[in-house]
Amino acid sequence: MSRALISSGGDRRDRDQQGAGVDMSTDLAGVVLPSAVLTASGCAAAGRELDAFMDITQLGAVVTKSIMLKPRSGRATPRMSETPSGMLNSIGLQGPGIDSFIENDLAWLAQRGARTIVSIAGETVDEYARLAAKLRNIGGFEALEVNISCPNVADRGQVFACRSESAAQVIQAVRRGSDSRMPIFAKLSPDVTDIVEIADSVIRAGATGVSLINTLLGMVIDTRTMRPALAGVTGGLSGPAVRPVAVRCVWQVRQAFPNIPIIGMGGIRSGHDALEFLLAGANAVSVGTAVFNDPGAPARIHHELAGLLSDRGIAQLGEVISYAHRPEVDLGVSPLEPGSGFEDWDFISE
Amino acid sequence: MPEQVMSEVLDNRRVGDYHVLSLTAPGIAETARPGHFVTLAMGGEESSMVLRRAFAIHQIASRGVYGGTLDIAVAVQGLGTKWLAERRRHDVVSLVGPLGQPFSLPKQGVSCVLVGGGYGSAPLFMLAQDLRDRGCRVDMVIGASTEAKLFGVLELKRLASSLTITTDDGSAGVRGRVTDALGEAIDRAATDVVYACGPMPMLAEVARISTKRRVFSQCAVEESMACGIGVCMTCVLPVVGDDGVTRMVRSCIDGPVFRGDRVRWQDIGTIPSDAVGAPDQEVVR
Ligand SMILES: Cc1cc2nc3c(=O)[nH]c(=O)nc-3n(C[C@H](O)[C@H](O)[C@H](O)COP(=O)(O)OP(=O)(O)OC[C@H]3O[C@@H](n4cnc5c(N)ncnc54)[C@H](O)[C@@H]3O)c2cc1C
Ligand SMILES: Cc1cc2nc3c(=O)[nH]c(=O)nc-3n(C[C@H](O)[C@H](O)[C@H](O)COP(=O)(O)O)c2cc1C
Ligand code: FES
Repeated sequence: MSRALISSGGDRRDRDQQGAGVDMSTDLAGVVLPSAVLTASGCAAAGRELDAFMDITQLGAVVTKSIMLKPRSGRATPRMSETPSGMLNSIGLQGPGIDSFIENDLAWLAQRGARTIVSIAGETVDEYARLAAKLRNIGGFEALEVNISCPNVADRGQVFACRSESAAQVIQAVRRGSDSRMPIFAKLSPDVTDIVEIADSVIRAGATGVSLINTLLGMVIDTRTMRPALAGVTGGLSGPAVRPVAVRCVWQVRQAFPNIPIIGMGGIRSGHDALEFLLAGANAVSVGTAVFNDPGAPARIHHELAGLLSDRGIAQLGEVISYAHRPEVDLGVSPLEPGSGFEDWDFISE
Repeated sequence: MPEQVMSEVLDNRRVGDYHVLSLTAPGIAETARPGHFVTLAMGGEESSMVLRRAFAIHQIASRGVYGGTLDIAVAVQGLGTKWLAERRRHDVVSLVGPLGQPFSLPKQGVSCVLVGGGYGSAPLFMLAQDLRDRGCRVDMVIGASTEAKLFGVLELKRLASSLTITTDDGSAGVRGRVTDALGEAIDRAATDVVYACGPMPMLAEVARISTKRRVFSQCAVEESMACGIGVCMTCVLPVVGDDGVTRMVRSCIDGPVFRGDRVRWQDIGTIPSDAVGAPDQEVVR
């Protein structure tokens, strides 16, 4: 078994049956999801449109577009620009507001039988608290994801996620406003000097776990018009281009916090990419930009991942979570199978 | 319901400055209506182009062993369309469709003018045929910057009662723009409905001219789209609803065909302050 785990194999887009026997479930702070593959906030709306391309009830969960207190028109267009292996977006959190969201979107998801993680966003600490209160007693979702990559109106537009204190204030407010059993994931921005410090502050403030990563702030200038390509000037970079940054963030936070649940994301477009995040320490993964390229991507990635785990002789997805953190010299003793010997190994040199 | 299929390229031929690709489209061609569009993934699985490109459905057919097929007309603009233009017979591309809201067709045999700018005439072929089948009168005004950028003029001549051609440089037809010829076409044919597809400034002008003459217009818009299926919110524009309220609506799901008198053409690229959820409302309050 250990041999199969170390030697890599399997075709990247192998949509095979061998994965059928693998237990793909994952545990996020006591919430057991049948699949570790989720959608990413803002890349799946509220699930309805994607249901035409895959059965959304088979997903670990639909993570909904960050919802604000009031209806919001978002930023002017152009709102996106394609970049090498990625894209820049500046949507500005367009959405119907929490009341309409609860009445229409959340109700539809519940009726459809999908598991849901609700993402919330605000411009003030109080707005986050009021969102948590609105969602407190209605049920119909598994967890809250708190998008703190928003400008804080009270702090000259500084992004909450970029300062430990403001990040903690938001999480504390959401924690107080929510049922004490509700899992709360703080979604962090990679645009910080030390992501572990921010993770530490949100966990102390009551976050159950963290979601890593939101987009990186970027900019494109159109050389034809000689102006910024986006009406909003700057935008968030996502897609495969950001994947190494995201894997690094998951790795660092996992190293500092061996036991907190982590939802990993950033440029995942294949089962291989998903596996990389699990190995770095993610308990589940979200698929964002890849959905724009392949609307069926989350389902495909689930199957590819199952195939890769099966190739490696793994019966339960949880076995690979954080596996890349094992000690470098393990003297032939794999943590997965303590008794396995040296002779089982495949060496790269063969 | 849209479908996602791996599609085989059956043919790629030059038509003026355009490349017309015939693609297998099982389950897509069968339900496609005039005005629907499709999206194609660019450059294979590991492509650095992560976003799909949108194309209007030009023609649909049923071809024996292949089942439903469809044609698109491609103008080479940048990397993606360059790659697409290089596809050859038997190449495989990922195809999603049919997407969006198609043109709505009149119940009675009314008089219609169809206006196409550049490759904007591509979706008008199916539309003209459907309108004729319903007993409508079809007149056409087709224009482009220059002759090589006119699309499908010969074929359109067969479908229309009259065809007016304009080019910016006068290399074919009348020198000028389609919108210069539109007013006269409407008057001549006692037009009830104008259908249009082309660049946004052209559509804005078509809508203005039609509305001024109290003629109903339907315009297929072209906004930059990241997903094409309604999940990302990049493709929005300000549209007035039945209730008179302006909303930023998704052109991929609620469009690309909109009533010309409902789109706030002058405000595209902005958030009008009276739109639902506009930032200005916060200030007022
Ligand atoms: C509903 C709809 C129907 C269309 N129908 C046709 C058609 O029938 N024939 C045809 O030739 N073209 C059509 N287009 C335009 C076509 O999608 C663009 O020309 C193409 O995306 C350009 O890709 P590129 O990689 O060559 O250019 P690049 O400029 O390199 O593209 C970079 C990015 O910008 C986007 N983009 C660039 N130009 C446009 C544009 N004009 N509209 C929307 N997005 C753009 C691309 O999708 C891509 O994400 C249509 C667009 C829409 C939205
Ligand atoms: C168009 C678009 C909209 C997004 N909207 C949100 C959002 O509303 N809330 C949020 O927390 N993240 C949002 N994100 C970030 C994604 O959820 C994800 O964290 C990021 O894109 C990295 O993953 P990816 O590379 O798989 O897309 C958005 C991303 C994109 C591309
Ligand atoms: S292009 Fe994504 S919502 Fe329209």
